[in-house]
Amino acid sequence: MIALKKIWLSILLALIFTPYVAAEDVHIAVAANFTAAMKEISRVFERESGHKTRVSFGSTGKLYAQIVNNAPFELFLAAGQERPRLLYEQAVSEQKPITYAIGKLVLWSRDAQREVSLAALQAGDFKRLALGNPKTAPYGTAAAQVLKHLQLGQALRKKWVLGESIAQAYQFVATGNAELGFVALAQVSLNDSGARWLVPQSYYEPIRQNAILLKRGRNNPAASAFWSYLQSPAAQAIIQQFGYAIPQ
Amino acid sequence: MDWQAIWLTLKLAATTTFVLLLIGTPLAWWLAHSRAWWKEIIGALVALPLVLPPTVLGFYLLLLLGPDGAVGSLMQRLGLDTLPFTFPGLVVGSVIYSLPFVVQPIRNAFVAIGERPLEVAATLRASPLDRFFGVALPLALPGFITGSVLGFAHTVGEFGVVLMIGGNIPGETKVLSVAIYDHVESLEWTQAHWLAGGMLVFSFVVVFSMYHLEKRLQRKGY
Repeated sequence: MIALKKIWLSILLALIFTPYVAAEDVHIAVAANFTAAMKEISRVFERESGHKTRVSFGSTGKLYAQIVNNAPFELFLAAGQERPRLLYEQAVSEQKPITYAIGKLVLWSRDAQREVSLAALQAGDFKRLALGNPKTAPYGTAAAQVLKHLQLGQALRKKWVLGESIAQAYQFVATGNAELGFVALAQVSLNDSGARWLVPQSYYEPIRQNAILLKRGRNNPAASAFWSYLQSPAAQAIIQQFGYAIPQ
Repeated sequence: MDWQAIWLTLKLAATTTFVLLLIGTPLAWWLAHSRAWWKEIIGALVALPLVLPPTVLGFYLLLLLGPDGAVGSLMQRLGLDTLPFTFPGLVVGSVIYSLPFVVQPIRNAFVAIGERPLEVAATLRASPLDRFFGVALPLALPGFITGSVLGFAHTVGEFGVVLMIGGNIPGETKVLSVAIYDHVESLEWTQAHWLAGGMLVFSFVVVFSMYHLEKRLQRKGY
């Protein structure tokens, strides 16, 4: 019995102290749409720099609320421009935000046989259209702009189902619960499943995804290392590979 | 103010509680009286929503009720609309989510009555239906009150399941908790405070009244 207790105790102690053994950790908050690209970027970054990343994914709005309330994040990769700007204005950061990626919007169906195009959208031959919540998710805002531009806002309003983030909008389409949905190109860029229509860039304002280095990370070498890595050609190549554009 | 969301939430909670009383009563009766060896398997299934994260429930409901799922494909074959993103879909989700909160108190009340009053009634030639409606139901009243109140309140506070299968449609699936979440996400913290504060007060009043009522019933000899 006593031996067993000792084992438990050492496991417990190991669990408690392990996170503090690795000296240079950087804790990063990342918008949901960037999940796949971020995983690849941190993998390469960890291999090349020796630092470790701890990444929390979530919707931009939620992460923002957490950061304002002292969440332990050192960098914030948002899905839009507004929240990083607000953080900068509230002096939660000393560095101006940078644009690390420009998102592209696609209309997507998981059914490869379905016609997915401008004409299909106008024909309205579907029951539900998934999009991110235009109030909170930047890709949702862009989707609403596209529909307004095409003057389909009113006609399709009844078919909208809103995901709290673009990840959920994707989920609604991927499970077949919505026949069509506006998702991020990044979410469907790595496979050929379903049918898609890349929405022309002129239909919506560019989805500039901004990142900000928070005050909390100012004295952490791992945070500044990641900050410069994010803007390096190597990282930008990965970002493009996942279906984003890079600011000129 | 989000009156539409408030009204929808109350409608959902009332419908759910009603359905739960219809399903939950026979289920609780059976759990209280059955001697089947697999009784506790059903008991455990009923209690599962207590420990499962609502997102797990919501995710599986989205799959089950979707066009690929058993329920969803059946409904499509019958020519019906699938349930996610509809009010009936939320009722189905809420019934599962709040099931233990209604069944558990009623079951306990039935167990507390014991066999004796029912046997006495039987010797007085009360039919099984008479025994149930004339003896068991009145004696188990506190259990029904607790179950209804908890089921109602728990459904009002539901969030994870609705978020997963709701789709945030005003007047159809956008309930209070989702409206609060929306406000917080859009930095509209004043509106969020109004709704969240209101919910806090409501929940306290509900739970407090329930305890108060229980005490009074106890004094009356229940």
